Amino acid sequence: MDTLLFSRIQFGANISFHILFPTITIALGWMLFYFKMRYARSGAEKWMKAYHFWVKIFALSFAMGVVSGITMSFQFGTNWPGFMETVGNIAGPLLAYEVLTAFFLEAVFLGIMLFGFSKVPGWLHTLATFLVAFGTTMSAFWIIVLSSWMHTPAGYEMREGVAHATDWLAIIFNPSMPYRLTHMLLASGLTVAFLMAGLSAYRWLRGNRSGEVRLSLVTGLSLGALLIPVQILIGDMHGLNTLEHQPAKVAAMEGNWETQGNVPLLLFALPDEEARENRFEIGIPNGASLILKHKADGVVPGLNEFVTEDGEVLHPPVAPVFFSFRVMVGTGMAMLALSWAAVGLMAWRRRGADALPKPMLWAMVPMAFSGWVATLAGWYTTEIGRQPWLVTGLMTTEQAVADVPAPMVASTLALYLVVYAVLLVAYVGVLFYLAGKSGETAAATDPRRASTKALPAE
Amino acid sequence: MIDLFGPPEIWLPLAFATLMGVSILVYVCLDGYDLGVGALFPFAEDDEKDRMIASIGPFWDANETWLVLAIGILLVAFPTAHGMILTALYLPVAIMLVGLILRGVAFDFRAKAQAKYKPFWNRAFCAGSLMASLSQGFMLGLYIMGLKVTAFTLGFAALTAVALTVAYSFIGATWLIFKTDGALQAKAIAQARRGLWGVVLGLGAVSVASPLVSPRILEKWISVPEVFLLAPLPLLSGALILTLWLLLRRMPLEKDGLSWLPFALTVTLFTLGYLGMAYSFYPYVVPDQLTIYDAASAPESLLIILVGTVFVLPMIAGYTVLSYVIFRGKATELRYD
Repeated sequence: MDTLLFSRIQFGANISFHILFPTITIALGWMLFYFKMRYARSGAEKWMKAYHFWVKIFALSFAMGVVSGITMSFQFGTNWPGFMETVGNIAGPLLAYEVLTAFFLEAVFLGIMLFGFSKVPGWLHTLATFLVAFGTTMSAFWIIVLSSWMHTPAGYEMREGVAHATDWLAIIFNPSMPYRLTHMLLASGLTVAFLMAGLSAYRWLRGNRSGEVRLSLVTGLSLGALLIPVQILIGDMHGLNTLEHQPAKVAAMEGNWETQGNVPLLLFALPDEEARENRFEIGIPNGASLILKHKADGVVPGLNEFVTEDGEVLHPPVAPVFFSFRVMVGTGMAMLALSWAAVGLMAWRRRGADALPKPMLWAMVPMAFSGWVATLAGWYTTEIGRQPWLVTGLMTTEQAVADVPAPMVASTLALYLVVYAVLLVAYVGVLFYLAGKSGETAAATDPRRASTKALPAE
Repeated sequence: MIDLFGPPEIWLPLAFATLMGVSILVYVCLDGYDLGVGALFPFAEDDEKDRMIASIGPFWDANETWLVLAIGILLVAFPTAHGMILTALYLPVAIMLVGLILRGVAFDFRAKAQAKYKPFWNRAFCAGSLMASLSQGFMLGLYIMGLKVTAFTLGFAALTAVALTVAYSFIGATWLIFKTDGALQAKAIAQARRGLWGVVLGLGAVSVASPLVSPRILEKWISVPEVFLLAPLPLLSGALILTLWLLLRRMPLEKDGLSWLPFALTVTLFTLGYLGMAYSFYPYVVPDQLTIYDAASAPESLLIILVGTVFVLPMIAGYTVLSYVIFRGKATELRYD
């Protein structure tokens, strides 16, 4: 084990932990804005109750996202100094704009959004909610611009080994950016949709049938059912874009070794990089050719194309990309099945959430975190798929790593892992605790038991 | 535009060094009081803890963002220096980050988790604040020592670690004097009285050590006419410390009079000390190794950041002020509804 590998695991661990929380806050911010607007329009208490329940989860997720994000801004320097030295002229302004246009906006208005409800006029509180949601989205925009640029760099020239910007519009609207941004924003929407459905199903099963739980459950399921087909479509377009700009990644995703036509769509296989072949293949004949080239005999690039004559491998490690991709797609299919079945049942029986059978509600509870699984798997597919490059065609990951002793990187890695594990357990625990706590007052909120007892304030 | 203020490779690095310096100073003052409140946590009763949290709850996140801005400017404007400094400070940076993580999440967990876990998150809040303060002080010490690692520099860094933590607790105490009343305020006044001596010690240690380590810094301070032009800096600092000492001895005043003053004086004191340091180290971003001019990014990239900054910074200042106005007065219970 060496410094490069430890540093990669460390950055991977940090960014994996980090992305869990922005994925929630981006879409949840807009959801809260929606709740607030509905409340402002209708005056119905249930919207505000839903707001107050979900704003707690927002606050917690936001804090987790902020602190784990700071870690990464330091790790550019501690672990990857070569990155900024080489492409700092491009990455720098993008990161700076993220801090300036997003971080302060979110951070300041978060205080007003969380604690200002009784201190400021209603419109200002709504505005604060909007600005926080807007800030999280701006933050996603800038960081995805940078990430996309690393995948498909454009608008720059190299002078003495350092990248210099020549066209900022080309840098920002680099070829993969629109697809990646849309894909990620939809992923955030889906993560929140299933989190909301899952936690609300849990509250429902605990006996809380209040209007607030009902609306959260229906909103989550409907949003999921609405977004998942769009996501599948965008994902497909993103894949075609990747085929054009990073064919080696697609070859690894498909587990395809030779450039050829009639490539099957592999449902399962064990890619063997030593033998440069797959074992235990199960596939749909011509499937990959059809998806990628829209012809049964369409020629799809293979991994062997990306090995130089002197044996240097310029394609990513195959197995992690291959399996991550399948986990992502599989999770997406499960999302599709569950949300469409639930929405279909509700529409058919015309009884809203009461139409949902218990087993289906129980299935929603673990699916609360399906968005996390799919998002992580998707990011692993695309980021491991970029290897060995850090910036495609411009610099390899190895060229950026710091000259820090491996044991030092390993020890801090262990420290981070322990902290992250504890926090993750605590986070999920608190989510269910908050959901269950409101269930204990089911008697007070169940309309059939008509009680006027108010929910205890936080 | 790029030539507006003379050669861009001169004024742009200077502008960014100034921006970074201001960000660090704002961070030290603002998150300084947050971290200080964290350090004072063990000395508070349970209900006092909730009020201490309430006094910083709406602000801490924005306060911490100044650190992100500062490190961001170092990263984008002086990438080579960013790499050199952060790889040299690898372990203290990691400890600070874990500290900031614990501190930041403990805010939320202590209020939302089951009651039985609250003491755990209270401890995490305090431990996180201490880890961040101590490691920041440690980094400051190593930085002053030119990022060299010897038994002596480590000893000095240990001293600055304690000194900065005391300084943070001091500004934290003055914040509590400003934002609370009654028994908690009285406690904070007593803590500030004791903490003042730590601040004096810390300022003294840095002021004496910097010129001793670097002949260049010594030269900058004792040459004529600089020594006369700079004289107001230590004199004013001395006057501030004296005022603080006299004021804290008499507090609390009637009708909570001047409860904001210790905090304001401390911010001024921190600013003076910081200006002195900035003067000592200019033009170096890595002491005696790398100047801001050698470390700076390409002028075109710096300019595009600067344009954004010039527009956005007043807005940031504006809504920060708005937030402090909304949550003005004595801290009350934090409520979502």
